[in-house]
Amino acid sequence: MESQTEQKNKLSTTIVLENKAIAPGVFVLKYKKVKSFTAGQYIGLTTDLGVTPRLYTIASGENDTEVQVLYNLKDDGWLTPRLSEIKPGSELYVTNPDGDFIDDESPAWWIASGTGIAPYSAMIRSGLHKNKTLIHGGRYNHSFYFENEFIPILKDNYIRCCSQDKGEGLYHGRLTRYLQDVENLPTDCRYFICGSPEMVVEVRDLLIKRGVKYDKIVAEIYF
Amino acid sequence: MMVKDTLLGKTLEELIQITADLKLPKFAAKQIADWLYKKDITSIEEMSNLSAKARAALAEKYDMGIILSTKVESSVDGTKKYLYPTNLAHQFIETAYIPDKKRSTLCVSSQVGCKMGCLFCMTGKQGFQGQLSSGEIINQIRSLPERENLTNIVYMGMGEPLDNVPELMKSLEILTSDYGMAMSPRRITVSTIGIIPGMIEFLNHSECHLAVSLHTPFEDERKRLMPVQNVYPIKDVLQIIRDFDFGLQRRISFEYIMFKGINDTPAHVKELCRILDGIKCRINLIRFHPIPDTPLEGSDEATMEDFKEQLVKKGITTTVRRSRGLDIFAACGLLSTKELVKRQEEEKDF
Repeated sequence: MESQTEQKNKLSTTIVLENKAIAPGVFVLKYKKVKSFTAGQYIGLTTDLGVTPRLYTIASGENDTEVQVLYNLKDDGWLTPRLSEIKPGSELYVTNPDGDFIDDESPAWWIASGTGIAPYSAMIRSGLHKNKTLIHGGRYNHSFYFENEFIPILKDNYIRCCSQDKGEGLYHGRLTRYLQDVENLPTDCRYFICGSPEMVVEVRDLLIKRGVKYDKIVAEIYF
Repeated sequence: MMVKDTLLGKTLEELIQITADLKLPKFAAKQIADWLYKKDITSIEEMSNLSAKARAALAEKYDMGIILSTKVESSVDGTKKYLYPTNLAHQFIETAYIPDKKRSTLCVSSQVGCKMGCLFCMTGKQGFQGQLSSGEIINQIRSLPERENLTNIVYMGMGEPLDNVPELMKSLEILTSDYGMAMSPRRITVSTIGIIPGMIEFLNHSECHLAVSLHTPFEDERKRLMPVQNVYPIKDVLQIIRDFDFGLQRRISFEYIMFKGINDTPAHVKELCRILDGIKCRINLIRFHPIPDTPLEGSDEATMEDFKEQLVKKGITTTVRRSRGLDIFAACGLLSTKELVKRQEEEKDF
């Protein structure tokens, strides 16, 4: 009999539907949905059964028939150079969705850098957007993936913090400076943070300094 | 200038490949391993049982890989903290040497910085700068002035060992193989916060002990302290442990840093007993010494002792770990943080 662990790590075969660059070195991969998931969960993905799957938070909505994965091409990585070459119709191996970076309808601030936007994209595409403020940090004006979907839904509650470029509707500066500049930072809602370890740790320290209790902060780190 | 690869940290299989590529006799690989892991030389030139031609061929492509510590701090209790430069420019790692009556333990690092972002960890505040090679891990032992006294090695320094599995496993092979340092795997403990794929690899392919950083039995609470909980929940980590046959000698322990008013209540004792039921293990209770910008405080002594007693009464072997090297911050990454040269601002744009 299979152990619980083996069942959980079991790989399913799926088919790539689309694999498109949406910014320099950044891709969205779409594949046929195999299992249902909750917005905020991740899947393990690999092109080779002999290679441990890498983890990616799902970016598509719970009711979509396809699953979207947002990934950065890492030249020295094993998987992403292979993924970036993959064509529609190719086979992929995916694990069951898993993970606990899950929000509910209570007020929350969502904070992301770069591809850390994926879980919030899944949440918004699944209808979770009331009482939410989304702070998205990026280096250039093309770093705000899925912004065209977020702007009409979140309106003024979608803040794009751009450190290198200036542009209409962009806050010029890092998201940490934005968070420092906000006058009335709420301390009674939850904060979700997703992105690089440096960003997560720096933002968490900053929020705590500004009076947010640590147990109101939920972090997801890309490792 | 071409940066040469290093010999230290190479397994025997890799050394055999190197000697084959250089058209050296087969037995040279074993001779090189002896020099690297059993003797005390610092240069290829000193490998005196290799021919001059062989030494020249090796030296053309390789360095020994010995890196001496650039700084040492000594505690009043005898603990020493060594600072080693790494192959990453301006980056340092810490290694703590902890002598005791019967044993001398070395706490080695496996990464430069850490990606895991635990709320209570100073190393996490450095961010992640890179993986250590097996050579850089082995160097912490090989270059230690007190090397001859060592009885135990714990992978509890900077970084998450199971986030660097290939280099971790190579270093363990070298430490425990006859061709290498021939240490008993029962003298080596690898600590993890519970990276499941790495844990499976480690459990299946080594004989060393495992320590899991638990810190609270409640999933929601653990999520706030350790972001890894969102990805690899502790219940799944414990399931892996339950599924694995540890045998009679191999040990599983749980690390539990005690935070005042947070994870030190009777409810925590009860839940710990519930989630660890059926696992033959030990819990190490650890004092928390606050780091800058942390909202957490350490539990007081009486609470820790009481917590321990409650667990012992429930049949769980529990110890309170003695704090060592407090005056030199031997356990929190402060020394390397002080030495860390901040990266360019553009690398941190978010």
